[in-house]
Amino acid sequence: MSMLEKARRRLGDRGARAEPATDDDRLLSELRLALAPDRVRFDGAERSLHAKDASVFRGGVAGPSCFPVNTEEVQAIMRIAAAHGRGVVPRGAGTGLAGGAIPLGAPIVVALTKMNRILSVDTDSRVAWVEPGVINLDLTRHLTPMGFHFAPDPSSQQVCTIGGNLANNAGGPHCLAYGVTNAHIMAMEVVLADGDVAMLGGLDPEPAGLDLRGVFVGSEGTLGIATKIAVRITKNRPAVRTLLLSFDSVSDAANTVSGIIAAGIVPAALEVMDHRITVAVENYVGAGYPRDAAAVLLAEVDGLDDGVGIDADRIAEIGRQHGATDVRTANDDNERALLWKGRKTAFGAIAQIAPDYYLHDTVVPRSELANVLEKVYAIADNYDLKVMNVFHAGDGNLHPLLLFDSREPGVLERVHAAGKEIVEASLDAGGVLSGEHGIGVEKQAYMDRLFSDDDLDHQDRLRRAFDPGCRANPGKVIPMGHSCADIQALRRVPTGVWG
Amino acid sequence: MTATGTGGRLRHGPGVARFAADVGPEGPVAVAGARTRWHSGGEPVREPRLVTAPVGIVEYKPDEMTIRIAVGTTVAELDAALAEHGQRSALPDRGGTVGGAVVVGENDRDVLSRGAVRNAVLQVSYVSSEGKVVSGGGPTVKNVSGFDIPRLTVGSLGTLGCLAEVILRTNPIPAVSRWFETRADPFALFDALLAPAALLWDGVTTWIHLEGHGPDVEAELVRASALGATAEVESPPQMPGPHRWSLPPAQLRGVGDLIDGRWLASIGVGTVLATAPQPGRELSASVTAVHDRMKQYFDPTGRLNPGRDPGRR
Repeated sequence: MSMLEKARRRLGDRGARAEPATDDDRLLSELRLALAPDRVRFDGAERSLHAKDASVFRGGVAGPSCFPVNTEEVQAIMRIAAAHGRGVVPRGAGTGLAGGAIPLGAPIVVALTKMNRILSVDTDSRVAWVEPGVINLDLTRHLTPMGFHFAPDPSSQQVCTIGGNLANNAGGPHCLAYGVTNAHIMAMEVVLADGDVAMLGGLDPEPAGLDLRGVFVGSEGTLGIATKIAVRITKNRPAVRTLLLSFDSVSDAANTVSGIIAAGIVPAALEVMDHRITVAVENYVGAGYPRDAAAVLLAEVDGLDDGVGIDADRIAEIGRQHGATDVRTANDDNERALLWKGRKTAFGAIAQIAPDYYLHDTVVPRSELANVLEKVYAIADNYDLKVMNVFHAGDGNLHPLLLFDSREPGVLERVHAAGKEIVEASLDAGGVLSGEHGIGVEKQAYMDRLFSDDDLDHQDRLRRAFDPGCRANPGKVIPMGHSCADIQALRRVPTGVWG
Repeated sequence: MTATGTGGRLRHGPGVARFAADVGPEGPVAVAGARTRWHSGGEPVREPRLVTAPVGIVEYKPDEMTIRIAVGTTVAELDAALAEHGQRSALPDRGGTVGGAVVVGENDRDVLSRGAVRNAVLQVSYVSSEGKVVSGGGPTVKNVSGFDIPRLTVGSLGTLGCLAEVILRTNPIPAVSRWFETRADPFALFDALLAPAALLWDGVTTWIHLEGHGPDVEAELVRASALGATAEVESPPQMPGPHRWSLPPAQLRGVGDLIDGRWLASIGVGTVLATAPQPGRELSASVTAVHDRMKQYFDPTGRLNPGRDPGRR
């Protein structure tokens, strides 16, 4: 049984199909009055679409979907939701992989995709103000002529939004040197669950007060909704060098990664792909990835010319010491772009092998990479599943992909059981539950393994300081039983709307 | 002190247990470190019992670039241990303790190369208002497992919990570190240089701190010199004080009109050290409401470091 299924059963979701209750009609008319009739939807298609995200979990139940265009409208939605005792789930592009945007308890879905303007760019303060629906890559394209970019670059950057990046504290290959999203958010305007608007953080380096901006980033929509975001912009590096190292074993590649870090080099990116995924990628993009290597390491260094050369040479040397069979440097920007296209579209290439996949996300100490990877392969074998590994090796962030065909009876149970063992193996190696995908509903049940009751109680206190009624994205992150208010928020929903 | 941190939940050594017993569940307490920022955010009130945090390096993993350390340890001791492996951290050494540096949250002068304190704290353990040991964050350099308790700690002045242990991210000490002096326009310099460690301006002179591989520092120097004559100096300038301002970097262009007396501004960062204090920075009503609830939930009786207010830091 999936995490979501368990949560649903605990909460007494009987899956009954019924017409919307009268309260829903009042709710809808108030929302339509506050926004515009065509930007509040409650039809089957919209509810079905917004019931899911990009995770493998079966959908939840969406209430009305709202498409606000400004802060005032988000504020109005929050106040209406509060008056009706309804939950609210913010949503960007729906690319999340942990079920964070799956609506539980028929909340109002706040789709922020129409708030997609880049408001200003200030190169003195190295900051851009954007609305949450701006697409990650669109921001970098906008900044390119000015010589800047937005550093977090998740693989979904062509479609995912800055608001979603903020909510998940998104990473990406180049976060190794530059840090994940939290290091790149300077300030934000947020609408809290009671409808109050607050400005968190600041453009100055040490804003007064608690770091509320810091705790809001990565809170998966449970603390409120960000409506304007000040992101740090990063100067483009004049010199970049991308190396492709081939190995006879995944362990050699992993040990090279810990060797590079141990040598005091912090490259811009260190990505590993195993044989199976490398072949799939090469079939797809033809970037020149070796089809006969057991694993490849994509290493990128950036900065000034001479330093880049020094670091690239050292990385090549460390690779050879760890058994690299070939070390290649991208000759030009085109070759470099093609190699990255291969890495960033790796998940799409899987369609050649299996129709479905479950992408995991755990982090282990870098020195444990080789050891945990061995276990991952053994676990998949045990459950008779194919596994591929493509991951942010530089920060120990594993991404095992379990491949399957959901039409095969019983396969999902095996996939979830194998996934559980992978998480356990990562924790046993001194790792954590998630590096960049978040907890959502996917990993709630594992939070007890990493945190004590008192630890979780304090996380709940933090959450309630923002949202005492736990109405912002109810039922997420903190496991049920550690957050009574969540259960109340979900149970307050009339039976008729569980549809 | 012995402790292990592998496999799921964090386990602590006897030093943390002793500290938890010292803090206890009742009565006002204040944590005394080296008292270098004793007045930050207000004076202690209610005559608190003074307690001191445990000391010592619990586990240093140079190959992971992380260190687990009891926060009563001084930053100087931390720096010495890291330097043995060619590493350093984001914490500034102002004569104080690791815990003081974290809960005060001031960044180092070279924040552009060392990183901000708020981005360096991976895991925290603290004694709660109820006298329990509570942890948040995780030991790895990347982690989004649960709410960000470590960032809540940075700049909290110990008002939500008494910090006992942290895991910090470390980074390599660059091969070369050189200081230069110039009369060139500091804002043009900030645009022209790729990655200075610091650019300090007193309204007339700009001091440039360059770090990195030797040839890179030379290349940056060529860029700087193209904007005006540049001379190498032995050390950074005298820092005026005792006050510290935090301004948006764009406001530094008019900083001379804002601040009376001597000042030294960190270009591109926004920190200004000055002889005059920064006027009070008011928190909005909505932010104050969240602050107040946070304090109420974490410390219902107001016993932890009473008198300190992170909003007046």
